[in-house]
Order: sequence, then structure tokens, then C-alpha cells
Amino acid sequence: MTSSEVNWDAIVIGGGHNGLVAAATLSKSGRKVLLLEAGNEVGGAARTEEFAPGFRVSKVAHLLNRLHPDVVKTLELERHGLKVERGDFVPSVALSKDGPLVLHGAYGEVLTGASPSEQSAWKELRAQLLRYAGVLKPFLVRRPPDLAGMSLAEMTGLGQTALALKRLGKEDMRDFLRVLLMNVYDLLDEQLSDDRLKGLLAFDATLGSHLGPRSPTSLLGLYYRLAGEIGGLAGAQILPKGGMGAIVVAIRSAAEKAGVSIRPASPVAKVIVEKGRVIGVVTQSGETLRARTVVSAINPATTILDLVGPREVDTGFVRKVRNIRMKGDAAKLHLALDRPPQFTGVDAAGHKGRLVIAPSPDHVERAFNPSKYGEFSSEPVMEITLPSLVDSSLAPSSACVLSAVVQYAPYALREGWTAGKPQFLKAIMAQLEAYAPGIGATVRHAELLTPADIEARYRMPGGHWHHGELQADQMLMSRPVSGWSGYDTPLDGLFLAGAGSHPGGGVSGAPGLNAARRIIAMRA
Amino acid sequence: MKAWDAIVIGGGHNGLVNACYLQRAGLDVLVVEKNDWVGGAATSRELTPGFLYSNCSYVCSLFRPEIMRDLELPRFGLQVISYEGGAVFTRDGDYLANYRDHDAHRREFARFSRRDAEAYDRYSRDVTRQCRFIQPLLMRTAPDPTSLRPRDIGELLYLGKKFAGLTAEEMALTLRFWTMSISDFLDEYFETDVIKANFALSGIIGTALGPMSPGTAYVLLHHYMGEVDGSVGAWGYARGGMGAVTKALAASFKASGGTIRTGAEVDHVLIRNSKAKGVVLAGGEEIYGKLVISNADVKRTFLKLVEEKELPDIFLRRVRNFKIRGSSSKVNIALDSLPEFPALPKDSPVYRADMHFTDSIERMERAYDDWKAGRWSADPFLDMMIPTTLDPTMAPPGKHFMSCFVQYAPPKIDGRDWTDADRDGFAESVIAQIAEYSPGFRDRIVHMEVRTPREIEAEVGLTEGNIFQGELTFDQLLFNRPVPGYAQYRSPVGGLYMCGSSTHPGGGVMGAPGRNAAAEILRDLAKPTLHMSPAHDVI
Repeated sequence: MTSSEVNWDAIVIGGGHNGLVAAATLSKSGRKVLLLEAGNEVGGAARTEEFAPGFRVSKVAHLLNRLHPDVVKTLELERHGLKVERGDFVPSVALSKDGPLVLHGAYGEVLTGASPSEQSAWKELRAQLLRYAGVLKPFLVRRPPDLAGMSLAEMTGLGQTALALKRLGKEDMRDFLRVLLMNVYDLLDEQLSDDRLKGLLAFDATLGSHLGPRSPTSLLGLYYRLAGEIGGLAGAQILPKGGMGAIVVAIRSAAEKAGVSIRPASPVAKVIVEKGRVIGVVTQSGETLRARTVVSAINPATTILDLVGPREVDTGFVRKVRNIRMKGDAAKLHLALDRPPQFTGVDAAGHKGRLVIAPSPDHVERAFNPSKYGEFSSEPVMEITLPSLVDSSLAPSSACVLSAVVQYAPYALREGWTAGKPQFLKAIMAQLEAYAPGIGATVRHAELLTPADIEARYRMPGGHWHHGELQADQMLMSRPVSGWSGYDTPLDGLFLAGAGSHPGGGVSGAPGLNAARRIIAMRA
Repeated sequence: MKAWDAIVIGGGHNGLVNACYLQRAGLDVLVVEKNDWVGGAATSRELTPGFLYSNCSYVCSLFRPEIMRDLELPRFGLQVISYEGGAVFTRDGDYLANYRDHDAHRREFARFSRRDAEAYDRYSRDVTRQCRFIQPLLMRTAPDPTSLRPRDIGELLYLGKKFAGLTAEEMALTLRFWTMSISDFLDEYFETDVIKANFALSGIIGTALGPMSPGTAYVLLHHYMGEVDGSVGAWGYARGGMGAVTKALAASFKASGGTIRTGAEVDHVLIRNSKAKGVVLAGGEEIYGKLVISNADVKRTFLKLVEEKELPDIFLRRVRNFKIRGSSSKVNIALDSLPEFPALPKDSPVYRADMHFTDSIERMERAYDDWKAGRWSADPFLDMMIPTTLDPTMAPPGKHFMSCFVQYAPPKIDGRDWTDADRDGFAESVIAQIAEYSPGFRDRIVHMEVRTPREIEAEVGLTEGNIFQGELTFDQLLFNRPVPGYAQYRSPVGGLYMCGSSTHPGGGVMGAPGRNAAAEILRDLAKPTLHMSPAHDVI
């Protein structure tokens, strides 16, 4: 049979979590859906892989803190093995020479290690941040408003937001409008005094973006994080048993149950366009597959520039796509350790949590500075997890896995990563050694993924896990590009469903879900 | 005891503009100024015989033409000489020149990159459209988005209408414009370092931000919204230095019957049962007035001139949180002859306008990193001009006055105050950079004045030496300027108003804050404002 006879309702390109969510949702709507994954297994950057004999780790994404409740509900992920209990929440530990400071529960419901005055200041700030993030939260599963002409639904959407604002009360609303585009550094200075706490928040606000704590708009990063939730609690985080891969397995089985045909090892070479309408794809093996709708859950630039080709769309659109900033600034470190490390002053519960090296906002800013010029800091900041302490199956007995996201690691390193990588690893190990003395001697194997490696391995241009900088000018109606922020494209039948689309990256499934809903609404 | 209708604290350009409009509305107005001269940061001072120094602000463009007309400033001696030219010197001995003529400018760009020359058309079109959208907002009071008063809602609707008047493309650009860094914005158009650097400087002048900081694209607009003789974006010299602007304002004010008292520093505002009743001078003298309008920045006004007990906590908190970190300095130099720049052809028109030595965004950004670390830039960014090339009145024949605006200079050095040694070290970094491109420069120096944030605060009274009376970041613009809830020139104290650059639309010798404040005051007094022409749209 030549597959061109088979006609799919929808072909989804890319088996990352967003592709899977989009495919499953479309399939549930009664469409015949084919999902094409270039790699040998689905899951994209949310896979659990072996990086050393007997050592497995979540690649790229290693913490679950924003899988959207609508995704969980729509795909009935609980029935497919996703379980989150309050007991699974892990704390965030701000490491420091002056002893650690710990945020317990859902993003610091309880704060320990700080002075009483700081604790009450934090209580107030945390409440405020959650309130403000709550105002923005509904946007996560909403199409960004269309500037050219708003539909009634969009108007009501905005109306609801206006009401939510009003509900804050006059003064609170004023503060909300003041700090909305502010930098996180100044806000923390206004309300807190403990450098460890400020450093942690400054790190979280800028994690995954090319911004320093002093960059205006950096506070949005913190809102984005706190708009996310898991187990029904905003700001909560867990280390999934079996790693991120376990989440993908649940989504995959939901997709299969919904009737999605999944084809691994089938990279797409070309999206076929006829008279401004997309009619299918050609795989790299030369097979032509036809469908009424093609949903690309991979990078928007790759989709338009490589698969569709600039010739098929107008130059203005091509220019916008070319201008999407997506140079990654974070590296991923995986260590296979002989035994669990001991971070100074941190208790057992803390070791099962998220350990952050970002002693002060100024430290984070200093670490950011060199990255502006294609250099890395000699004192990088990082977020460390020890997943094998939560799930012993990830490492041989008595051994331990360390997984860390390290900033700032500019994609376009001036000296080039082949030369730079060893030095960067040295700098990182020096930092680890300072907070967990003796850790260096227990390293059996070390794997450092620079943005360049992430790009090559996970087909993420620039090695950017958001598939495009998540900054104010690339959010909402400007994501992935202005004028086309609603998941559709200038080409009929072609939709974008990846992290490059609103609301952005992180294992949330929101872009995939929103895109699918849009397609269903359009009856495409 | 005489009670004035209104007392204006501070004779800066905004204080004078405000006083002029009030006086012309029939009020009896007194301006009190701590210095022995008026002008605030827009002055011309003879600091060495024969040389007039524009020792703070140094060029004129943002000043609203509507105000010039209303107050008949040309009649009172204000003459703005528009200039063109200027260049960025590159380290390889070449330079990028600027021309007013679009095609000449384009040709110059083509010397560096054909692609950039093409992009220049797109760039200037896009930027001009943005200016057109924002400029009319300068002369309007920002609406309070939390208020349901018809007037605020009406103003919001006006903004909405204005916004809706744009094409979807322009709307999108506008939204991005507010939040983009000038560096990222320029990357979308140009590929050549020096061309990007040439435009980027407008995005950082006067701000405590680097070209890679989001929000700097807006600051660029802020500097593009000026006009001279109706040509938008043009810049000019005030004949006789920037003092000519405030001199003309003072003359216009006096001609309409206003009174100015110099050498009269205000110690505090006189307040009786939470209503302003006048001011008390440093000497203890009390002057009574029905209204008090402060031209001083919001921090100085409410943390120094008004007692805490008179102000609500939330207002105080917001005033304390107001960001007013200084970032720039001035080095003013008297020269015995015109310096030579071997890179330039003899008598090049370039001499007549801004000259820069920072030929890449990276150098600007690194200069900013120094500011963040609490030190002056090792490789500073200079906006250097020689106004005497067009205005001979500022120096003896054959001699010249040079104004160097320098970034970055922090309000404090490593958290401590500036010392004279710091100041000298800073000055040397500036002279050294100029001398690098102009051999024999040091020998031409007759006299030099160095103004770090310390000197600027001490003389002009700008807190932390911030030339805009508050940083121009989104959290301090429009309805957030100076603080939410009090962005309409009024204050929690009855009869006490603000008219300085701390208020919307912000800094630069623009006069809009002073004018807008006058409009609000006259509204409160139910007086006609027919003598105030509305903002004209840019065609």
C-alpha cells in the first residue's frame, strides 16, 4: 500500500510532550491522527535516559512543576499512571556559606533558616506574587488576544482579567500594574533583606532565559513559574518516580488509548503546500503522507524555514520568524556518583529537594554578565536535584545520580564549546565542591550538555527549551511571532503546537492542548 | 502678610513653564530658587572668563514647540539652531557619519553594509510611526486605570482609539517596543556593529540601563520625539547655551507680571491641617501661598520638604521605592582651539554635532556592567559636542566650548560617596579616550569642569544626580510616574502639586510636565486654559 492513499485527518510532527498532548486531544475529538517522531522514542526533552551504566536521569527537564490541570483532566492522566500527592512535594534549598535556607511545601508555604522578620516579609511577598501570578494564570490556556480584531470570546476573556484585577482592590491593582514589567532585583530589594532568599528568587525568575535579575521584565519569569501548578498547588514541584520519562509514558499511553498512531524514527523532510494550503508531509524516507491538517509541535523556525520553506510564505512573515530569539543560555549536568553527596548543613529531606546555588542576586547578575558577550562565568549558578534519592531505581544501589541545570551557558560561546566545555565543567565542579565537599572524588561519570549538545540531541535550535526566549516581547500576542500567535499560520491547514507558541516551554502541555482546541474550534 | 496665589519651588525649566502658564491665567505667582540664578539643569554659566558652559543639559530638541509658542519664547530671546552631522569614530581609524538627509545617511551606511542601508528605510519608517503614536501622549495627563471617573475612562478610551488607529502590525510593534532592549530591536534591522552602536546610544542616555536591557527601545523613542522648527527628531543648540531656554522663560514670566526670588532655599513646605499654606525658607522666613507647586523631584519633595506625618504610609512607601539612581556625568571643557580628529576630513560638518567613540553595543554594555558594580566605566560612553562650531557666542573668537556627556557614573562608588580623587580619576578616563582620537587634545584645554552625580545633586538638587528626576522604566512611566495613584500632578497634601520631570512624561528639557501640571491646577481652580494650546499631532 502506498500511504498516500491513506488520508489522515491530522498529522502531528514531533513526539515531544506537546505533540503527544495535541495528538491525543485531536484524536479524542474523533479525528484520525498520525504522530511522526524523528527519534527512536517519543518524549523529546522530557525523556528519562541512561547516561552511564546503571544510571538513568531526566534529560533537560528534571522537575515537574507546571503540568497543566486541563491537560491532566483532558487526557485523564491519573488513569494512565500519573499520581501526585502532597507528600511528593520537594522543598527548595538555597545553599549558602552561611548555612542553607529552605522553602518547604508549595514554593515556601513555610520558610526555615531565616530570621522571623524575613519570614513574615516572605509570607507577605509570597502571597502577593501568587495573587499577581493568579491574575495572569488564565492566559495559559487561552489564545492570546488577536489585535487585528477580537472575537467575542477573547473580549470576555480580557473582561474576566479586568475583573480579576478589580478584585485585587485599588491599591493592590496599582502595585500589580507597577511591578508587572519590573526587574526582579529591585522588587526583592524593596521587600526582602536575606541575600539567600533573594538569590533563590532571582535565580528562579531568570532560569531558562537570557536575562539577569536586574534586567527589566525579569519578574515575569517568576510569575510564569508561579502560574504553574502541580497537585493543585501553585509553585509546587515534584521529582517524578521514574524521572520525567514517566510523565511522557503516561501521556503516550493516553494518546495511544485515544487512537493515535505513533510512528517513531520518521523524521519529516518537507511539508507539502499547494496554493497556500498544506496538504501533507513527505518523510525523509521519501514517503508522502496526506492530511487535512498538519500540526507542527517542533520548533516554529524549523517548521517554517526548513519544512515549509521561505518561498511559500511572505517575506514579512519569514523575517519575523528569523527574528525569533532562541539562543539557549542553560546547560545540563549529569553526574554518576559512587555515593550520595553531602551538601553542608542540608538535612535528608533537603537532599531530596531542589538545591540552588545562587547566594545573592548580585551573584546571579555577575554570572549573567559574561553570557552577554558569549562567555561563561567562573562562578555559575545552578539548580541541583538528586533524583535517585527519590527513586532508587535510577542508580545502582548505594550510588547516586546528580542532575543540574546550570546558568549561564551561552549557546554561541566565543571560544566554541569544544574548547570551552572542559573549562566550564571545571568551574561547575568547583562550585559543587564548595557546597558539597568531597563530591568531586566520587564522580564515576560526568555528562555536560551545553546548549549546542541539546540542540543536536533534541532538535531544539539554539538548545533553548522554550523554543524561543520567553521574554515580554516574545510572549502572548508576540509568540511565536506577532500577528500569528493563535496557533494557526499564514498557511491554511498548518498549525504550531510546540513550546515556541503561547504560553511557552516547561513540561506543561499547554501549547499542545491550546493548539488542539483551536483546531477543533476551527473545525479544521 | 501677603499670600501668593501660587508658590513654585525651584526655578528649573519645568518650574518656570508651570509658573508662566499660571501667571498668564491671572494668578499671582512667586518662584523661589535656591541658587543665585534660575535654570536648574538648563543653565549657561561663565565658569571661566569668556566661556559660557551649558554645564548640565547641552542640546535642545525635546522642548515642546506648543509651549515655545504659548509663552512667546522666541520674542524673549530664545533661538534654537538646528544642527546635523555627528559621527561614531571606529577603532580602525574610520568613522560613521550622520546626515539629516535620508539618502545621504543611507549612502553612508552602504559604505559599511548594503544590507543595513536597505534596512535603514524600514527602520526609520517603523520608528517614526512609533513616535507618531506616542508623541501626543506627552502633553496629556495619564489616566488612572484604577479609577472609574468619567475623565479617566475618557482618557483610556482616547488611548484605546489612538491604539486602534494603528494597523495590527504597528500595534504589535508598539507592544514589543515597550519591552524590548534597543540591542535586540536593532538586531532585527542591522548587522554592522558601528551602525547599531550609532542608534543604540539614544536608548541609554540618562538611564541606568544598558543597551541590552529590556525597555531601552522606549528610551530611544523618548529621545526621538523632539523637533526643531517642525522637523521631528531634529536636534539643535540653544543660542547662548541651554541657559537661553530658562532665561527666555524667566523673561516671559516676568513680562506677564511674575516674581522670582533667587538665593531662596526652601527648608520645608508649610502645612496646616493637611493643606499647603506656603513655604519656609532655610533662613526661617515664612512665605504664604494658596498653592505650592514643587519642581523638585518626588523624593526631595516628599522625603525632605514635607514631614512624614502629613503623608499616608502607602504613598511614603511608594515614594521611597521610586528609582532615581543617577547614571551619567558631565565633563565641560574650555578649549583654546578646535581639536583635530585625524579620522575626519578638514572642516567636516561632522564637527557640528554629537561625536562618539563607542563603536559597538558590547562596549556600551560593558560600560554599564561597571555601573552595576558601583564604579565608573573604565571605557566610558561619551556624547561629545562642540556647540561653538555653530554658536560663536559661547566662547571668545577662535576658542571653543566642548560638552561631554558621560555614561556610566553611579551615584555612589562601592556604596560610599564620591571623593575628589574619584572625580579626577573619572575625568582622566574621559580625557584619555578623547586624546586617543585627537592628538594634542590635552594641550588645548584651558579650563575643565567635572560634574559627577555628586556635583549634580549638590548644585541642581537632583536626587542621586539622576538627570530625568527618576528612571524611565515602565514601572515609572505614564500612570506609574512618579507613583501609582498620584500620577496626575497632585499629592496627598491639599494644594501641594508636582511639576518636575519626576512626573509624566519625564525628563529632558521638554517642559511638558510643567505645562501639564499647570493644566491640572487650573482645572482644580476652575480657570480657563485657553492660553494653552493642545498637543499637535505629528503629520
